[in-house]
Amino acid sequence: MSVTLSRPRRPRATKPETDAAAPDRASPSARSPLKQRLSRLDVKASPYLYIAPFFVLFGLVGLFPLGYTFVVSLFDWRLLQGQGEFVGLDNFAAVLGDRFFWNSLFNTVSIFVLSSIPQLVAAVLIAAVLDQNIRGKTFWRMSVLLPYIVTPVAVSLIFTNMFNEQYGLINNVLGALGLDPVMWKTEQLPSHLAIATMVNWRWTGYNALILLAAMQAVPRDIHESAALDGAGAVRRFFSMTVPSIRPTLIFVIITSTIGGLQIFTEPRLFDPVTAGGSARQFQTTVLYLWEMAFFRQNFGEASAIAWLLFLIIVGLGALNFFIARRISSAESRRATRRIRRRLAQLKGQPADRMEDHS
Amino acid sequence: MSTLLTRTPRRAQPRRRSRAVGIDARPGFLVYGLLTAILLGSAYPLWWSFVMGSSESSARGDTWPPLLPGGRFWINVGEVLDSVPFWLALGNSLIISSVITVSVVFFSTLAGYSFAKLRFRGNTALMVVLVATMAIPTQLGIIPLFMLMREWGWTGQIGAVVVPTLVTAFGVFFMRQYLVDVIPDELIEAARVDGASMIGTFWHVALPAARPAMAILALFTFMTAWTDFLWPLLVLNSSNPTLQTALSQLQSARYVDYSVVLTGAILSTIPLLVLFLIAGKQLISGIMQGAVKG
Repeated sequence: MSVTLSRPRRPRATKPETDAAAPDRASPSARSPLKQRLSRLDVKASPYLYIAPFFVLFGLVGLFPLGYTFVVSLFDWRLLQGQGEFVGLDNFAAVLGDRFFWNSLFNTVSIFVLSSIPQLVAAVLIAAVLDQNIRGKTFWRMSVLLPYIVTPVAVSLIFTNMFNEQYGLINNVLGALGLDPVMWKTEQLPSHLAIATMVNWRWTGYNALILLAAMQAVPRDIHESAALDGAGAVRRFFSMTVPSIRPTLIFVIITSTIGGLQIFTEPRLFDPVTAGGSARQFQTTVLYLWEMAFFRQNFGEASAIAWLLFLIIVGLGALNFFIARRISSAESRRATRRIRRRLAQLKGQPADRMEDHS
Repeated sequence: MSTLLTRTPRRAQPRRRSRAVGIDARPGFLVYGLLTAILLGSAYPLWWSFVMGSSESSARGDTWPPLLPGGRFWINVGEVLDSVPFWLALGNSLIISSVITVSVVFFSTLAGYSFAKLRFRGNTALMVVLVATMAIPTQLGIIPLFMLMREWGWTGQIGAVVVPTLVTAFGVFFMRQYLVDVIPDELIEAARVDGASMIGTFWHVALPAARPAMAILALFTFMTAWTDFLWPLLVLNSSNPTLQTALSQLQSARYVDYSVVLTGAILSTIPLLVLFLIAGKQLISGIMQGAVKG
């Protein structure tokens, strides 16, 4: 994601004051000083007024709750009794010493890895197929996107039934093929695979379309000239398509990290009776937070869990961002160097001397 | 949208050469075979749910899954309607998603226009702040938000689901990116010279120009609101649910009839399926455009 925030362009470089007064002078009613003042106020205040709803709402339902979560985490706080004694960082210590917390973190990361890596690989391949010069483009694109319109709740219900250990479609078919049934819900890794499958089924096509857009942004002429130079389809895919979609890939990875680490619906509905399996074998961190807050009614510890998860997600997001920046800046440096070298060769000078000038 | 168009003009003349090179040649059976496999992967779980939802529960025991639907679909639909307040849930979901959509689209366009076209101190800095908020997992603030809603006495009411998402950072960002290129500054200047107020300029100049992006934003906002689960589950109760929370109750019942659960899953998918058939093209171009612009 390249977020370029250029200032809004203006046709003329005038000072704001004259800019604001200009329309007034032109309008016939500008003589009245009150109107003039109102108009100037309009120009000054309106921009802030228009963006205010977002910032007010974000403060109220985004920033304030996050800050207040930290306050709650410092108290012995129950769902019904409300605020109790100030306990300092005891809730954090309790959570960090809680093996169920670490278990939930492991499950979250495991499900995330199982759902993001195969998904990205599949999305790139599907995008490459869609990038061919096929007939009925819209039809095939829609068929790829179909799972996206099935809500996560419905997806969870459908796949929970498919992965049912006794009568599920998948174990039935495995049995028909003479294989042993897999304990999709009882065992840890199979349950993670089942939940990751739900996520993958819904999101792969969506991400494939994003990557397809990135692939099509590569000018076809470049592909053509590479093909004329004898590069085959596979070679072109790896040395031209993959590098050109890298920024988009990073964008997809960052957004899926933020979403993936907060996974809740799928594990919640995979076994609606226990919050994340009888032995917590697929209890994710948000699910554990949910259990702590609303089953065990311990708001203090639940808030501590929320803050720890918050720090992890923001930290990982920042890390992703910096790695992405490092990669892209290193790449652009390499590209500049390559161009300089070319230029130098053209001029018959050694490349080092050209670089010295900069 | 622009990405969809880039190929067309070029294909007209150098067709022969590219075919010789093998770039724009029509692909063979392998590609269509793969596409068909992908289509089956996308559609089969839905078809299977429909088949199971229209059969007896005992069909689940069959070694090979039946391929054709049975005759019990409407009976199972009746079961769904009996076990959860389906129509109330559908109505709630429609109201919640529509109100959120109208509000998000309006306020995002307003703010996006301000960021894209108006000059004010702190424009760039505030925009950076806004973009940064997109990386913040605000979902983790649910505990105080829940306490707040309880304080206000809003728990159990759909207002509690609507209010937190009345305007989103993504919406503002999306509209800003669109409007920055689309409205010529001269047009705004002209409207101002003609004596239009700031809001009048927005209404008569920006809003008409923003329409295509507003439609796409509306589509995505509606989908997001419609699929939301965690927050409605927390703040609403089972007597006044959204479609998603009602659906999850089917699974949580003490005695679970799986064909009824799957019928519920299919029923809840129909509204979005209809939307998809009408506006699927816009949805696709929205996703692809977002990728290029973002």
